[in-house]
Amino acid sequence: MMRWLGWLYLLTAYGFILLPVAVLVLFSLQDGRLPVPPFQGVSFRWYADVLGDRDLMAALGNSALVAVGSSALACALGFLAAYGLARHVLPGAALVRALLVLPLAVSTLIVGLGLLIGLNRLGIGLSLWTAGIGHVVINLPLCFAILYSAMGDQQRNAERAARDLGANQAQVLWLVTVPMLRPALLAAFFLSVTLSWDEFIIGFLLTRFDVTLPVEIWNLLRSGLSPRLNAIGSLVFLASVAVVVALEILVLARRRA
Amino acid sequence: MSEGARGWGFVAPALLWTVAFFLVPLGVMAAMSFARLDGRELVWGLDWGNYAKLAEPAIGQAVRVSLEITLTVTAVSVLLAYPLAAILAFQVPPRWQRLALLLALLPFWTSYVVRSYAWLLVLSKQGVVNKALMGLGLVTEPLTLANTRFATVTGFVHFFTMLLTLTIYANLVQLPRNYARAAQDLGASGWQTFRHVILPLTLPGIVTGAFLSFVLCIGDYITPQILGGNNELALPQVIMVQLGRRADFPLASALSVVLMGLVTVAYLLSSRWLRLDRT
Repeated sequence: MMRWLGWLYLLTAYGFILLPVAVLVLFSLQDGRLPVPPFQGVSFRWYADVLGDRDLMAALGNSALVAVGSSALACALGFLAAYGLARHVLPGAALVRALLVLPLAVSTLIVGLGLLIGLNRLGIGLSLWTAGIGHVVINLPLCFAILYSAMGDQQRNAERAARDLGANQAQVLWLVTVPMLRPALLAAFFLSVTLSWDEFIIGFLLTRFDVTLPVEIWNLLRSGLSPRLNAIGSLVFLASVAVVVALEILVLARRRA
Repeated sequence: MSEGARGWGFVAPALLWTVAFFLVPLGVMAAMSFARLDGRELVWGLDWGNYAKLAEPAIGQAVRVSLEITLTVTAVSVLLAYPLAAILAFQVPPRWQRLALLLALLPFWTSYVVRSYAWLLVLSKQGVVNKALMGLGLVTEPLTLANTRFATVTGFVHFFTMLLTLTIYANLVQLPRNYARAAQDLGASGWQTFRHVILPLTLPGIVTGAFLSFVLCIGDYITPQILGGNNELALPQVIMVQLGRRADFPLASALSVVLMGLVTVAYLLSSRWLRLDRT
């Protein structure tokens, strides 16, 4: 009886969780003007429409650029800081660590608003660059935390051995520490890219003419329900799922090998 | 170069970035919250006027609405996610658990804005829920589900149920099975085992997830803006309104400080059980 109830609950919960995604994808194929029942048949015209939309495609490119750029910089800064704090005894290290992860506890609306006010004071105009700066601020704490917890003693010994064999500091970092931390670096990078790719409020507050994809989707939303929105949403969703499945297969394949 | 100086050299870029683009802007914002707007002119000073506006109905209501929504969402999400996590951890065969979990987290991969939009589709007057209810003959006229607080809460609960299922599941699978078995051998009923053994051990996972939900929910602008309609505004919406037409940055700053204060209180209340470093 309990087991039966358990399966029923599981089924209901999955229904609730998957309902919006199912509706989103189903009505992206709607052969009609409104993405609501009744379903009028399969058509790919909204996908063609979206892929031919120059503004949307530009926003998609902008988002990719900001996501990759800000994540790469956040990883680099986070890696150096994690290395410095893990390998050197510094006075006030606990305070520095706390400061580096602090932006995580502040909502992104406030991070964006603070930056907007600061940039206004300095008279700096808004662009993809300013949105990128904001994305580094929110991605850096995660990258730092992941990389700092991945710095272990076995790497320290390998670094010491390399140094004894005559490697200079840059060689130690690039040839020993970075390769040993590769999984953590990849994890930090891809997590950042995912978050930055989907980030709305900082992109909304800190861009002006060139906008990121979530902001462009937001602008489209103002004109109400449309299968176009379903199509672009489904495309982003399917692309993300493809990346996750690819990573999953890569990781599984490597584990088996 | 001394050892310490070299260490600071590594830390400096990240530290400078955080100070320049996070700490200093927050400081300017805090100072701005005590400024006031004279026409379109910004007057710096130590003016508590922006904070006094919390007593005004429109703004006081926003704080109340935000707290009500956030607390409802957090409580409902915990209550929905716990059984789901438990079924995934104990009833689903181990070799299917990974797949089942991936499936339960599938909507994470839709974009945040799109997820709220999808709920708008589901709940709209001509949406699937209303069509289904009318098809079943349960209602004769479509219910107003979208553009209400119910819609906002549903959108939030959907997201945080996934998040909490993940944190609670991670906690449950780490529990040694022997604990429950030992309790039962000692004569505990199913409920007693849960109440006195399982629940206390999973409390950190629950509180961590609930705290994350609280922080993300109370600071979110998108979900109430897309799903909530214009009848009542949440705190982040009121902040955004100040930025828009009126460009009242001092008031927006003060309200942001209030928002940070609410998060700090939540942190202090839950810090006893929080394990942020372990998730």
